[in-house]
Amino acid sequence: MKIVLCIKQVPDTSDIKWTENNTIQREGLESIMNPYDVYAMEAALKLKNITEATEITALTMGPLQAVEMLKKAIAAGVDKGILLSDKKFAAADTYATGKTIGTAIRQKLSDFDLIICGQFAIDGDTAQTGPSIANTLNIPQVTYVQEIISCKNGELEVRRELDDGTEIVKVKLPALICVLKDYFEPTRAKINGIIKAQNSEITTYGLEDLELSAEEVGLRGSPTYVSRAFRPEPKNTECVFVNSAEELAEKINICKGGGND
Amino acid sequence: MTKGILIYAEVTRDNYIHTVFFELANKAQELAAKLGETEVNALLISKKGLAEDYREAFINSGISKIYVCEDERFETYYTESFAKAAVDVINEIKPEILLIGATNQGRDIAPRISTALHTGLTADCTGLDINEKGQLAATRPTFGGQLMATILCKNMPQMATVRPKVFKPAENDNIKPADIIYKTVNFDGIEKKVQLLEFHKKLMTEINELDSAEIIVAGGRGMKNTEGFKLLKEFADKIGAAVGASRVAVEMGLATHEMQVGQTGKTVTPKLYIACGISGAIQHTIGMDKSEKIIAINKDAKAPIFEIADYGLVGDVFEILPQLIKQF
Repeated sequence: MKIVLCIKQVPDTSDIKWTENNTIQREGLESIMNPYDVYAMEAALKLKNITEATEITALTMGPLQAVEMLKKAIAAGVDKGILLSDKKFAAADTYATGKTIGTAIRQKLSDFDLIICGQFAIDGDTAQTGPSIANTLNIPQVTYVQEIISCKNGELEVRRELDDGTEIVKVKLPALICVLKDYFEPTRAKINGIIKAQNSEITTYGLEDLELSAEEVGLRGSPTYVSRAFRPEPKNTECVFVNSAEELAEKINICKGGGND
Repeated sequence: MTKGILIYAEVTRDNYIHTVFFELANKAQELAAKLGETEVNALLISKKGLAEDYREAFINSGISKIYVCEDERFETYYTESFAKAAVDVINEIKPEILLIGATNQGRDIAPRISTALHTGLTADCTGLDINEKGQLAATRPTFGGQLMATILCKNMPQMATVRPKVFKPAENDNIKPADIIYKTVNFDGIEKKVQLLEFHKKLMTEINELDSAEIIVAGGRGMKNTEGFKLLKEFADKIGAAVGASRVAVEMGLATHEMQVGQTGKTVTPKLYIACGISGAIQHTIGMDKSEKIIAINKDAKAPIFEIADYGLVGDVFEILPQLIKQF
């Protein structure tokens, strides 16, 4: 079975600092593998454990430094890495990203059985790229996957966790799934994996390697564009500070309607 | 020629129209007024024989036309067949704007539709407006919620998803039944590749704990470990509150995704929201800042949560919570 694992390098958004001009200070911002993609990777590795002759190719689109993330994936047990990198790919929205990644998979990894993505990336929070890749490749998708139950006879059975309940769904391969957290706990890199990663070749493709024109990728190929970016304005609530748990308890009673004030 | 805003009317498993539809319909009226000469219409994909009932449900929402795709095969939601039906209707009626609720189904179908139509889609908008050029200006938090971005779209239709409870539902007294327009559905090329085998409905208490709670006690990074969340739960039980969590707490494995409040979690509007060890990134506050009263406990006096809180206490949650528990 051939699995394509789509991963993304994202800034660690939990530690953002602002410049004096209200822009995000990008220097020194650490890049991490999107946490949901770590779960996706774990799902792929789990499948490799239960399904014979599984080959996992990690695929990412981004700057050259994303090679490091691909190497970490290989150290964790992924077989190969592909980096889509080109200045012309920059600033792509989810449509252009889905089209670029989908085209790359069709051309370079056309014998895939399953594409696994994280449900969201923590920088954009759109959850759109996975379905966009699926549509580009004209394959079915299953989103909000919490658990892979089985994979046999060219079919995958999964559990979906939704707001109103749980679904057990069967999908014919080839297909794309987007995974959530919880069930897929990350594994650590193994020693032989680290050695393998050091010796691994990451294949890099640019625009000239794909059957796409410059008009179809990056900012130019994106239907959406940012007209304004700004720091959110805090609500002008005057916070009344109290000094003790006793005082706070009083305020809680007032707020919940149990107090006498 | 009359322009159009089309709203995807999601049918729930119980065959109700999802409440987010009425919120979008209300907002769409405002956008239509700014655009001028614009109709607000609905797209309904469902099993047969329900369109008349749904027209009743839509009566106060200011909808002019309901485009209906009916088929027994639409009894259960499947991404590909629903997306195909939607794309066929949209290609025919060519709306300027297409709005979809950012529910599980909405987030599943919207990127399929936008990719098929070669247009843009802005996810989880918190503000929708029409700019001076008559374009849809969709504002959303990005970069972990620390930055707001207003996004425009070059192609048609301009698409956006909006989470439930971001906008107020229609309170339109103007009772006007919409016209029902049936559209034939072409299933050519749609092979059923996904099959729903089982569905286990959540108990009402599980679903609505956060949605219906009058008081929510929520924990974030500052709750540190499972002991911290136990303390939080003990306090919540004492005051009859539901327990919520920030995304960081969920990612740390302290709480489940269902407990998550914020941009990628739930939007809640309780009478009282008590944030414990939550710094207050927009990612989180966007899901709770419409609470009637907000109380924050945080050791950092400069934490942004205090900017939206009514009452605050600066200190260590691990010292304060045990003291608070004794007060009730």
